[in-house]
Amino acid sequence: MTQCSLISTQGITKTYQMGEFQVHALRGIDLCIQKGEFIAIMGASGSGKTTFMNLLGCLDRPSEGSYELDGIAVHNMNSNQLTQVRNEKIGYVFQSFYLLPRTTALENVELPLLYTRQMSNKDRLERALGALDTVGLSDRTKHFPNQLSGGQQQRVAIARAIVNDPVFLLADEPTGNLDSRTGIEVMAIFQELHQRGKTIILVTHELEISQYADRIITFRDGLVISDKPNPNPRNAKEDLVKMPMLDELQE
Amino acid sequence: MSLLGIIKIALKSLTRNKTRTFLTMLGIIIGVAAVIAMLAIGQGAKKIVEDQVNSMGTNVIMVSSNFMSQQSNVRQAQGGGNLINIDDVNAVNSEIDGVLYTSPVYNSWGQLKYENKNWRSGITGVGVDYFLIRGITAVEGDLFYNSDVENGTKVCVIGKTVADNLFGDIDPVDKIIRIRNIPFTVKGVMNSKGENVMGMDQDDIVLAPYSTVETRLLGGRWRFMTMMVSAESKDRIQVVQQDILNLLQSRHRGTTSEEFMVRTQTDVAETASSVSDTMTVLLASIAGISLLVGGIGIMNIMLVSVTERIKEIGIRMAVGAHKRDVLMQFIIEAVTISILGGILGILLGLGATSLVGKYMQWSVTVTSFSIFLSVGFSCAIGIFFGWYPARKAANLDLIDALRYE
Repeated sequence: MTQCSLISTQGITKTYQMGEFQVHALRGIDLCIQKGEFIAIMGASGSGKTTFMNLLGCLDRPSEGSYELDGIAVHNMNSNQLTQVRNEKIGYVFQSFYLLPRTTALENVELPLLYTRQMSNKDRLERALGALDTVGLSDRTKHFPNQLSGGQQQRVAIARAIVNDPVFLLADEPTGNLDSRTGIEVMAIFQELHQRGKTIILVTHELEISQYADRIITFRDGLVISDKPNPNPRNAKEDLVKMPMLDELQE
Repeated sequence: MSLLGIIKIALKSLTRNKTRTFLTMLGIIIGVAAVIAMLAIGQGAKKIVEDQVNSMGTNVIMVSSNFMSQQSNVRQAQGGGNLINIDDVNAVNSEIDGVLYTSPVYNSWGQLKYENKNWRSGITGVGVDYFLIRGITAVEGDLFYNSDVENGTKVCVIGKTVADNLFGDIDPVDKIIRIRNIPFTVKGVMNSKGENVMGMDQDDIVLAPYSTVETRLLGGRWRFMTMMVSAESKDRIQVVQQDILNLLQSRHRGTTSEEFMVRTQTDVAETASSVSDTMTVLLASIAGISLLVGGIGIMNIMLVSVTERIKEIGIRMAVGAHKRDVLMQFIIEAVTISILGGILGILLGLGATSLVGKYMQWSVTVTSFSIFLSVGFSCAIGIFFGWYPARKAANLDLIDALRYE
């Protein structure tokens, strides 16, 4: 077996009890993810990809199987330990952004740092501003989420995800609530973060979006049915240049 | 995460919803203000009662025949039998240690007349020591003297109410009024005493020498003399009280102790202050209930707030908030609301109290006890009523919370 530098899952299953029926959301997933990969997890709804994402993100625990993250066995951790892992090792980007309302972009980005042990206000501010700068929102720090466009909100969410310098980013349909151009803008940010060495795991059901990743894993009925490298990923920046601007279309 | 950080987060959440925070606080504000104001008013009422009791004089003992118990016996002749007489008064004065002053008291009512004005008022026949016992001074003119008592002169001093009603703007000193058609010279007007414990106007009174009242006003009528005594000091009241009773029994052979009533100022004070204490407790419990309702209001809003912020809680937990962080955040929110409400309530209570004091002429006193009580109580309310919603928030399932729409 090859060495898995970031994530190694073995025989992971997840079973939900729905009344009298047992729903087998995952039927045994073996997966190995190296540091620095950009992975797209594909699958129709009901395929188990969301359940698997919850497990990868330590939001939930598997029914069976083992999960090692960054060399730590997390599958039998208690919820307090999992919280710690989430805080330190994982950055989340959600489909509907999940920013706190009536809270400025900067404060939203600072949020994970608030729950980290010991950090001076100055350090926290610096890191949050740095993260916002990375996603190109240095000029929007004092804006509230409802004063930002969808794309900007998602970029704030990405800044929040990277502010704690996690070992990987977990993005659940990050382009699902965005128009196609803004979606590709977001993908461009992910690709840039990937180039800087970040591991990114992207869950999507859009084939087009998955083409920006360099490895595509497909789920169906709780099993991995294909796991292929994508040798020629699309380049989001180039795509953006080719795409007509919205205002150009209107003219 | 540090407590300070959680406090910051909690405060930030509260400021995000200023109107709701304030409305929630309002319950506590009103509750605390009510408790403080009620306790202050209760204290004020007590003070008034104390003042009224003190207006009786100092270390006063009132002695009378127990008319009710004598009624069961054969009806006595007028002024005879076991009624207190002037010799008893003199004996109490001379034979009992610790007695400072004594005065006989005849209580009577009658029509007063000055020129064309009429007024009905109490007429009390007293000795000159009565002025000393009760702390009576003349604000206009003079009081009467021992010679007036000895000679039975037709003089009197009048209370402020009587003076106002009979004389209006005219100076009453040395004017002649007719009491039951008998002319009396007004020697002076007494200092005002206000209402007594029973709510009777102590200024609606005419004082005349008891000898004059006995012969001129009560002559030929049934007379009922009582005695007013002042003891040398507060500690001696009890002893003097018992000595008076014993002396009266020995002077009136064949009487039982029930036939004389010896009441002290303290007895009166105790009765009166027990009434005002009951009132205070009553008022404070009503105020306490409003505080409780305020607390339930906090719980209600906190529960709504938890439901409304399920997603926020999910996000916080996803990015690293522990259960206890969420628990603490919501408890601190509740406690902050109640403490802040408590402080504002104290200010409001102080304001209301001083308004009452100003416009109702009550001496209201806010005690530090009532402030500590209400602050402590509002803290406890915050923790008590914040606990359940906070637990609810902390025990949310992370995935459910995140997916909650």
